[in-house]
Amino acid sequence: MKRVVAWGYCLLFAGGVCLAAETVEDERYRELLYELRCLVCQNQSLADSDAELAGDLRKRVRDLIDQGMSDEEIIAHLQARYGDFVSYRPPLAWRTAALWGGPFVLLAIAAWLLLRRIRRGHARASASLSDVERERLKEVLKRGPD
Amino acid sequence: MIRGWLAVAVFVVLVAVLAFGLTRDPSRVSSPLIGLPVPAFKAERVASAAESFDSAALRGEWTLLNVWASWCTTCLEEHELLMRLSQQLALYGINHRDTRDEAQNWLQVYGNPYRASAFDEHGEVGIELGVYKVPETFLLDPDGVIRYKHIGALDEEAYQQQILTRIRGEKS
Repeated sequence: MKRVVAWGYCLLFAGGVCLAAETVEDERYRELLYELRCLVCQNQSLADSDAELAGDLRKRVRDLIDQGMSDEEIIAHLQARYGDFVSYRPPLAWRTAALWGGPFVLLAIAAWLLLRRIRRGHARASASLSDVERERLKEVLKRGPD
Repeated sequence: MIRGWLAVAVFVVLVAVLAFGLTRDPSRVSSPLIGLPVPAFKAERVASAAESFDSAALRGEWTLLNVWASWCTTCLEEHELLMRLSQQLALYGINHRDTRDEAQNWLQVYGNPYRASAFDEHGEVGIELGVYKVPETFLLDPDGVIRYKHIGALDEEAYQQQILTRIRGEKS
């Protein structure tokens, strides 16, 4: 009796391990499908798309996972056939420099313009008031609105 | 004054960039396979399951490799041109996601421009070639290197400007 129970636990444990292993792969599969673009309906991922091509590519992704490929290798496999566009994450390379660097360049220009404007404003504010005017300003500020 | 001109210059550059973006067709994605040897694949032929179609045979002369299907209505638009080109060029087909019966029937009804067609029932060869929009046409040079890919129906203009110029060595 004891032995039967022990075997039972072993089987249960092994089954649990099998199930766990499958869910890890399923999760990788699902996450990968959201990383990859369907080229037929370009605003949908492979996970969302009903296009036949998306079905074929889902099957290919599944096969590659079963063959033991890593996520990076699978994405590279599809990029070699369909181009960078198949991945929602563009690679960091010279030809994508404008894409990755552009926003920072614009930010730098905007910051430079803003700083210049603030500095000029300061310079103008301090330069344009004479001593008499400054005295009057103080008085007005002390008195408050009429 | 300088400021005004600067603003105009920025505006013109912006318009140019946006105009360039607008004239590009986002559904035509350039293929990473251009400049590379045609991927190795083996498949049955449409004509018979006993005969095989090997991509290694696609060399020795300039070749067009055309992806078609009996369900593909756009394929009919280019069919007449392909019939004509088949008399001047090596033309092979890849029958994409089709049934053998319907594919054979289609060739019988409309005419068969292909020296041979690979039977790609499940689209696996299509994935190797990065096919996503049937019809597609690949131009292979005598070394079996993919030199150009046309997405959508091939027309006289694309043939003259993209394919003939490359065969004549006027364009790389």
